[in-house]
Amino acid sequence: MTLWLIPLLPLAGAAINGLFGRRFSRKLVATVALAFTAASFLWALVIASRFLSGGQVPIADHVATWLQIGDFRIEYGFLVDQLSMVMMLVVTGVGFLIHIYSVAYMEHEGGYYRYFSYLNLFMFFMLTLVLANNYLLMFVGWEGVGLASYLLIGFFFRRDSAADAGKKAFITNRIGDFGFLIALFLLVKNFGTLQFADLFDKVAKYSPGAEVGVGVLTAIALLMLMGATGKSAQIPLYVWLPDAMEGPTPVSALIHAATMVTAGVYMICRSNAIFSRAPIALTVVAIIGTLTAFFAATIGITQTDIKRVLAYSTVSQLGYMFMAAGVAAYSAAIFHLMTHAFFKGLLFLGAGSVIHGVGGEQDMRKMGGLKKYMPWTFWTMFAATCAISGIPFFAGFYSKDEILWQAYSSPHGSWIFWLVGVITAYMTSFYMFRLLFMTFTGEYRGAIEPAHGHGAHDDHGHHGTPHESPWMMLGPLVILGILSVVGGYVGVGHRFENFLAPVTPSVLSEPQTAALAAPESAALPAQQSEPASENSGLEDELMAISILCAFSGLGLAWFLYVKRRDLPDKIADSLGGLYTTVLNKYYVDQIYGAAIIRPLINGSRAILWRGIDAGAIDGTLNASAKGAQETGGAFRRLQSGNIRSYAGWVAAGAAVVVIYMVWMGTR
Amino acid sequence: MIPSGDYIRILPEIVLSIFGMLVMVIDPLLGENDDRKSIGVVSAIGALLALGATFIMAGHPGEAFYNILRVDDFAVFFHVVVILIALACILMSFEYLKVQEIRQGEYYGLILFGTVGMCLMSSAIELVMLFVAIEISSISTYILAGFRRRAAESAESSLKYFLLGSFATAFFLYGIALMYGATGSTNVDAIAAALRQGTPVMAYLAIALMMVGLGFKVAAAPFQVWTPDVYEGAPAPVVALMSTGPKAAAFAVLLRVLFGTAAPGWFWAVWIAAALSMTIGNFGALVQTNVKRMLAYSSIAHAGYLLVAFIAVRNMEQGVSAAMFYTAAYAAMNVGAFAVVSHFASAGEKYVSIEDYAGLGRRSPVLAAVLTVFLLSLIGIPITGGFFAKFYVFRAAVSSNLIWLTVIGLVNSAIGSYYYLRLLVMMYMKEPQSEESVPSVPFAAGFAMAGCVVATLYLGVFPNRVLQFAIESARTLVH
Amino acid sequence: MAEITTLHYLVVAAALFLTGVIGVLTRRNVIIILMSIELILNAVNLNLVAFSRLYNLHGQVFAIFIIADAAAEAAIALGILIAFFRNKETVNMDEVDLLKW
Repeated sequence: MTLWLIPLLPLAGAAINGLFGRRFSRKLVATVALAFTAASFLWALVIASRFLSGGQVPIADHVATWLQIGDFRIEYGFLVDQLSMVMMLVVTGVGFLIHIYSVAYMEHEGGYYRYFSYLNLFMFFMLTLVLANNYLLMFVGWEGVGLASYLLIGFFFRRDSAADAGKKAFITNRIGDFGFLIALFLLVKNFGTLQFADLFDKVAKYSPGAEVGVGVLTAIALLMLMGATGKSAQIPLYVWLPDAMEGPTPVSALIHAATMVTAGVYMICRSNAIFSRAPIALTVVAIIGTLTAFFAATIGITQTDIKRVLAYSTVSQLGYMFMAAGVAAYSAAIFHLMTHAFFKGLLFLGAGSVIHGVGGEQDMRKMGGLKKYMPWTFWTMFAATCAISGIPFFAGFYSKDEILWQAYSSPHGSWIFWLVGVITAYMTSFYMFRLLFMTFTGEYRGAIEPAHGHGAHDDHGHHGTPHESPWMMLGPLVILGILSVVGGYVGVGHRFENFLAPVTPSVLSEPQTAALAAPESAALPAQQSEPASENSGLEDELMAISILCAFSGLGLAWFLYVKRRDLPDKIADSLGGLYTTVLNKYYVDQIYGAAIIRPLINGSRAILWRGIDAGAIDGTLNASAKGAQETGGAFRRLQSGNIRSYAGWVAAGAAVVVIYMVWMGTR
Repeated sequence: MIPSGDYIRILPEIVLSIFGMLVMVIDPLLGENDDRKSIGVVSAIGALLALGATFIMAGHPGEAFYNILRVDDFAVFFHVVVILIALACILMSFEYLKVQEIRQGEYYGLILFGTVGMCLMSSAIELVMLFVAIEISSISTYILAGFRRRAAESAESSLKYFLLGSFATAFFLYGIALMYGATGSTNVDAIAAALRQGTPVMAYLAIALMMVGLGFKVAAAPFQVWTPDVYEGAPAPVVALMSTGPKAAAFAVLLRVLFGTAAPGWFWAVWIAAALSMTIGNFGALVQTNVKRMLAYSSIAHAGYLLVAFIAVRNMEQGVSAAMFYTAAYAAMNVGAFAVVSHFASAGEKYVSIEDYAGLGRRSPVLAAVLTVFLLSLIGIPITGGFFAKFYVFRAAVSSNLIWLTVIGLVNSAIGSYYYLRLLVMMYMKEPQSEESVPSVPFAAGFAMAGCVVATLYLGVFPNRVLQFAIESARTLVH
Repeated sequence: MAEITTLHYLVVAAALFLTGVIGVLTRRNVIIILMSIELILNAVNLNLVAFSRLYNLHGQVFAIFIIADAAAEAAIALGILIAFFRNKETVNMDEVDLLKW
């Protein structure tokens, strides 16, 4: 099976547009980009249909050997199993829709061909990431999506903030990748392979107390988690994602909501054989996820920039996925990943449509009443908001409920996870409806004739009253809207869980999982997965609580932002310092700036005594840099330019080496 | 009586020497106003023929000239790398010399002679030969560093390089003398045999001093101080050569000296040197404004990554082959980066500050794209040679349980990505400061750049063949 | 009177070596620094010749190579120094400071 076509088609599109796009008309650029993405999507559908109609599972495609050293072999190989099939369809499908949307959205921007070339390049790397059959090829995609995302965040390079945001994303991801890489090295060392099939076989055969014990697996899992927190914007490496909103809005939808940021979740689920055998690491995953979900939601409540609210909400939803993965409910995590791709992609595209309609404004305080002007955008966004808030029968309801239930009931779970998750769900519902009400209801608060959209976000320079977006943009909204409503039904009755079971044997012990995977189990899923019947009663009660939370969040938002619009400011005033702290995102950026980045720069500058690069990184620092500077003062002579002092260094170095070696010799 | 087969084992060196002399003879024969490009073409042909000669040489492995040279896979590997580096540097010099108004005959002659030295360094197994080879290569580069005679920086760079270089060589020699005293021989194999019988303290002292000299040549901390100054002042194509060629050769020597003689006791010394080099190199590069200087610090850092491979002693074969692969990958990407820098610098090396690269992405998209490939490789992004080299080095390190060194290395490479990235940001995300058009890349330099791009990507996408060869060669060295 | 042993040569050589190193580190005049480096090389020669008494002639051959090389180095050094002097009109090492940090 020619799986390699799926990632390679977008690459071809990227290459054509990148090399010749400059000379193409806009129409041709768009046609090329769309055609190759569509072809990739169609081919993915063909593969999936063969797969679902009882084809051989998993489908493997070994293209060539990348590297062979003795027994250690890495290949250019692709793999479609249940897990990567879901990812593949989400990436190509949502990706294709966003390509269509971009055609209209980016119409007035410069660098049209550059944009589509980068976007296609991103698709290539993302598909490589999800289809790779070994960790190293996965890492190629992993780094590649980071690179593409960096290019796209910095797309409006005339804005310094955009370039800085790009840099921040890249560097933060490098920190995470560092962990991932060490994990890979440890895998090679202990298991001698990076091919998924071999590796997971070997991992599974390890019995505790063997030479390579649980400790090593835990270390590997924690290091992988470090990589995942970077890519998926979890605590402590989430800081880059809100800044990444500097990129064009469709990019935020594709990369920073639907696909790339979920790579960390995918990676953990893919590595479930390792994580499930490292319970400590698993708990850490769950704790990080839970904390992130809660923490980001509180920030989301205070933000007024429409894209930033969505960014924090993305961080928060990713936290849910981590929570699910952390209680070994991998299928729940992937399920939520999928529904999230639909509704969050839609929310971003809707936000883009709004921004487009009001001439580049992103501040929700200057919106309002847009329902009248943009009905399609409103109704689709309404569906998505219901979905993310967990209103029953919308997609997000099923996936979030599954996560909360697993967080409570899984052997790795705990009621604390559940409680925090439910509170977060309440907050989610509140700030999402707040967004919806502030934007679409009441009176339009923006200037009817915006002075100049230029230089503002996304550089959309429309004038006049707000207007509905063109059909090229609304089409994807409608399709994603439908998916946000019905997308959850694949999970009803544990169908999704059973589907993924061969890849992600979840919370249940091995024999039970085997039973689950058997065909007849699909008929009676509820009893199969929940042997104790009183549990299902409990499940209903917990579900009722979360539904209640969703609606009360909605109600509160309605009360504050529709009924009594004077109240929010008063509340903010009365909360004072706390509100400011949350509004300023807990000052995390500043703390990072002061504690890590500044000393790094100042330290190395002090060592070399040369001041440049001021303002490259925000944040301030005085005290801790001083210490670095003082030590640096001594180092200053190292590069004084004076030959004699250089000779002195050589001689001193020689003396040290000589003394050490002689000591070794006489020992 | 010297058997005639011996001459085949130095065939590349013979070819290079003949062409070196040839270009120096042609130069004065040309009229004052003649086009001197032909000299460059002749020396490029010389390098190509030497490459061919290397393949002939590869067919005749064995010792030559009373055991002072050994042609094995290891030597062949470094011959190919060094000659290719020289070829690329010659090609990128065509235009550069004209723009900078530099006399041509001696320049190419010195590059070719220097290459002879580097080639011999990789095949010498007798310390006398080794010393002569190192001196041939060093003296050539000392002079080359000062070739922009009108620029005070260039003269200063040359003077610094010379004084510190000969100072370090003196240490190296003292080490050799003591090694001779400790073992009674100057032959690598004989020394190894003697050291296996037992190691007197004097041998440790000797190894220490030899490591000082070689550490200087490869710009490893704490002997790296000269690097930034010398690289900043020297002509850009020469920096391309001396940041890769003599370094590769010196690493070859270091491998032979440390592994070939089964030298004891150096583990922690190299460990610390590796950690220091990576750290100093990356931190130093963070605050630079001059591209050449930044790349100089980056080359210190890369020397550090390379040294990591040395201490993967648990699995020497893996370590040695990782070091060899890294040398090749580093040569490809660094020569390429300097090719772009030397083209962009223009007359008098005017444009070498990072600020000057602002908007290069739009002023000259192809040049920017080419430089991007090299920078990505230097950062270590997958599907480039730089990634694979790092991957392989750290894999060797981890399999020898050097977890902490790996951590230091990977943290460093994360920090390192910052300054390469700054250049990328400059090129693609800043407005051009001048609208002056970048002169189009001439054919020869373009060919060199293209070659480096192909090599960088080849080593990333199809690393297998080179890696296999490196492993084979490592085997011949370690046993 | 005691015989002159190899050790005596080694001590003299070491003294020469240290003198050379100290000279490089402390003198400002480039010419004197060059002379100091020559001293180190001669220390090496002395060592080699002294060891040569114990083993074989290799040491003496080596010493001859070093002498030849030292001559070449001296020639190059003067050439570089002249080029430098034309630009900066000094042979004082402390005034060599265009390139730093």
